[in-house]
Amino acid sequence: MPSDWEVVIGMEVHVQPRTRSKMFCGCSVAEVNDPPNTHVCEICLGMPGVLPVINRAAVEACIKTALALNCEIPRHTKFDRKNYMYPDLPKGYQISQYDLPMSVNGFLDVGGRQVRIRRVHLEEDTGKLIHAGDKLHKAWESYVDLNRAGVPLMEIVSEPDLGSADEARDYAMELRSLLRAVGASEADMEKGQLRAEPNISIRRAGAEPLGVKTELKNINSFRALHRAIIFEVDRQQKVLESGGTVVQETRGWSEAEERTFSQRSKEFAEDYRYFPEPDLPPLELDRAWIEELRAGLPELPAVRRSRLATEHALPATDAALIAGDRILADLFEEATRAGAPAKQTANWIIGEVAPTGKVPSGENLAELIKLVSDGSITRDQGREVLMESVETGRTPAEIVAEHGYAQVSDPSELRVVVEAVIDANPKAVDDYRRGKTQVANALLNEIRKRAPQANPKVARELLLKLLA
Amino acid sequence: MTDDLTSLTMNEATRLLRLGSLSSADLVTAHVERIERLDPRVKAYLRFTPELWEKQAEEADRRIRQGDAGPMAGIPIAVKDVLCVRGVETTAGSKILRGFRPPYTGTAVGRLFDAGAVMLGVTNCDEFAMGSSTENSGYFPTRNPWDLERVPGGSSGGSAAAVAAGEAMIALGTDTGGSIRQPAALCGVVGMKPTYGRVSRYGLIAFASSLDQIGPFARSVDDAALTLSLMAGYDPLDATSSARPGMEVLNNYAAGVKGMRLGVPREYYDVKGIEPGVKAAIDAALFILQKAGAEIVDVSLPHTDYGLAAYYIIAPAECSSNLARFDGVRYGLSEVDAPNITEQYMRVRRKGFGIEVRRRVMLGTYALSSGYYDAYYLKAQKVRTLIKRDFDEAFQKCDAIVSATSPTVAFPIGSKTQDPLSMYLCDVLTLGANLAGLPGISVPCGTADALPVGLQVVGPQWGENVVLRVARAYEEASEIRAEVADVA
Repeated sequence: MPSDWEVVIGMEVHVQPRTRSKMFCGCSVAEVNDPPNTHVCEICLGMPGVLPVINRAAVEACIKTALALNCEIPRHTKFDRKNYMYPDLPKGYQISQYDLPMSVNGFLDVGGRQVRIRRVHLEEDTGKLIHAGDKLHKAWESYVDLNRAGVPLMEIVSEPDLGSADEARDYAMELRSLLRAVGASEADMEKGQLRAEPNISIRRAGAEPLGVKTELKNINSFRALHRAIIFEVDRQQKVLESGGTVVQETRGWSEAEERTFSQRSKEFAEDYRYFPEPDLPPLELDRAWIEELRAGLPELPAVRRSRLATEHALPATDAALIAGDRILADLFEEATRAGAPAKQTANWIIGEVAPTGKVPSGENLAELIKLVSDGSITRDQGREVLMESVETGRTPAEIVAEHGYAQVSDPSELRVVVEAVIDANPKAVDDYRRGKTQVANALLNEIRKRAPQANPKVARELLLKLLA
Repeated sequence: MTDDLTSLTMNEATRLLRLGSLSSADLVTAHVERIERLDPRVKAYLRFTPELWEKQAEEADRRIRQGDAGPMAGIPIAVKDVLCVRGVETTAGSKILRGFRPPYTGTAVGRLFDAGAVMLGVTNCDEFAMGSSTENSGYFPTRNPWDLERVPGGSSGGSAAAVAAGEAMIALGTDTGGSIRQPAALCGVVGMKPTYGRVSRYGLIAFASSLDQIGPFARSVDDAALTLSLMAGYDPLDATSSARPGMEVLNNYAAGVKGMRLGVPREYYDVKGIEPGVKAAIDAALFILQKAGAEIVDVSLPHTDYGLAAYYIIAPAECSSNLARFDGVRYGLSEVDAPNITEQYMRVRRKGFGIEVRRRVMLGTYALSSGYYDAYYLKAQKVRTLIKRDFDEAFQKCDAIVSATSPTVAFPIGSKTQDPLSMYLCDVLTLGANLAGLPGISVPCGTADALPVGLQVVGPQWGENVVLRVARAYEEASEIRAEVADVA
């Protein structure tokens, strides 16, 4: 990317809020692999005569998200109909929000910069089409799965404040942390709970008007988001530099081919004929309820991150990893409150808890760290005790006592094992005595295998003494 | 004997049922026999529901014997073809829904079933309730039982005709711009539209969501009042339904009109095209009400002229969206040979929708289009606000508004089908109440040229009891009863 081009990216992110039921009916929200059309009723099938009723949990998730994004919540909000016909849209219109969204004018801190949020609103998802063949217009047969029809979605729209693929990815990741922190969504991209659609244009550095933008879809990981933007910026640049013009359109990202391709030209912009949804009275949100939600918001990831870094003197990367996940951050704070040293706690969380997803209580983690650091058990034993503690809920001390895991530090007890290892490995002993001192490590491993509870320091000293 | 049974009011029939001198099974049989004799000429019904009436009548008779019957136990009712009943073909008078059997029963009908009502069948109507004569039915026109060469009104013409012909004791209709009150007037029966939000719309195949309401047809004000009270009240499945208790519609409604102020809007009284015979019947009705103790006062609804225009923007706009779901993909008429989805939509909708439905879908699509929205839809909504304000101001001066329901008596079949605007004018006195969301009733007030005339009473929001009170007092003082037509 030569420096004379400037990249301008705005993000539209669709997030499925954590709700038990759909946006306007009582149907449960389907899992990705549930059989088609098993989470449907007359309402989400768009049968004649049915009416929508607003899901309060979805509104709550949307308000929490909006508050966490520093948005204003206007006094009046309403739902509108977005009219277009397609077989995945049972009613022939999508219930969405047009000119009076649930919230407006917020911002998200991304790496110390403010990205402005234009609006966060609620709408319903459409169903899914499965074509026997290639495209709808050429397919032999098309099948409609309406499990997703009517699933709630929050649409989070940013201003075009992002200047690179890195920034766009960081924005999306920060958003995910925030959604998880406030409990608004699980925001799992691979499950389609968070769908990021960047709007991308480029212009000559310093140029005033924005370039023609394209919108990218089909992106289902942060990595794909990053690569898709890099590809698209490069494509637009080549088009412009070869004297062409960028067409305003929606482009899909092909993971397999690692490129974007034209999906739908916006040349003939569809007229959605928005009008207020007459089946849903305008919402006058109870201000006291909003304040209650605001007061109940947890500490947001950005704030927590800087607090963890300063209060506990954690390296920035550790603080970011831990603060990015509410469960890990809570665990960290509970364990340190129970007396565990910050850096060791961070190491255990990043090294053992995060990769396995097995989360102990803060007190148990603190106890474990203490057992390891005062030499009662080895680090290897500690790992096993941790697993068992999570599975059984028992305390590390109990587990250690029961298994006789306690570390053996008495040389007279270890002597038998060390001597046995020496006797069993005459060649290694010979090598050592001839000066290949690194052989001692192999012998120590043997000792650890036979006696995991052996205090490594004591065992080493004893071994060297007997070999000398 | 059997014709005696079919001319009873619900009130009278319920007494006989409770006394044990009549069974629901007999009452149903009497109605079925009359239907078999007359309906080939009246054509009020689209289809019949013997599997329901047998089961429901038996159940009603059993519960009456046990002494735990509901307030409508054993009463034969007819249901307009826009109200969904589980397992019963429901088509909104349209070919596009041919064969559609809803998997659920709508709230209003369900509440009447719970109260013990016995369903005889599904009544004809203008396609998707769009029309004022039932000639727009996708199947056949219904005829006025008082003169088979004339229309019964519409869109709920089948329900009105069924009650007028003694083919049902009670019928349900829907009213978007007058579709209950106007056919009630033209068929000489009682028909009531409640306040918007009083009766749940869940299960009502929508025409215009912000205007539609379900209401009863009956041959007495008491019967209409009871039926309405049983359907009314909050429904968690309809976000626009009111939390107010349904039974309040009956509050004090038998108290008479003495001391009440009844407003006569001059724009309604002298509405363009009002027939002299209709005007004479209304004058007589006003005189009777005055004699009964009401004070007749002059009021004004200055934006009446704009109401029709606003209505014919808002209703088509909503219908253009409400009818988008009829795409041939999930139910009703389908088109398997279309080469692509757009062509399928066009073929299904061209084949399935009649000319008036297509006209309104196109009108509404146009009115909502970008660049026209402000000039049409938004402007119409502003007019709607002005019309509401008109009524608010009028109710400062009176307790209820009285007028003719329809400027004309029943007109000959075919006389307005070539001129949609003349048909639209049928609703000029009724659609104001829909735009303003107010309760209204039509009660028989004599005849003009031997055809029924209806008196309309409109009340303030949630003032069903006021409307019923005036209607009942008029019914009593005038001694004019809704009669069963002989059907020539």
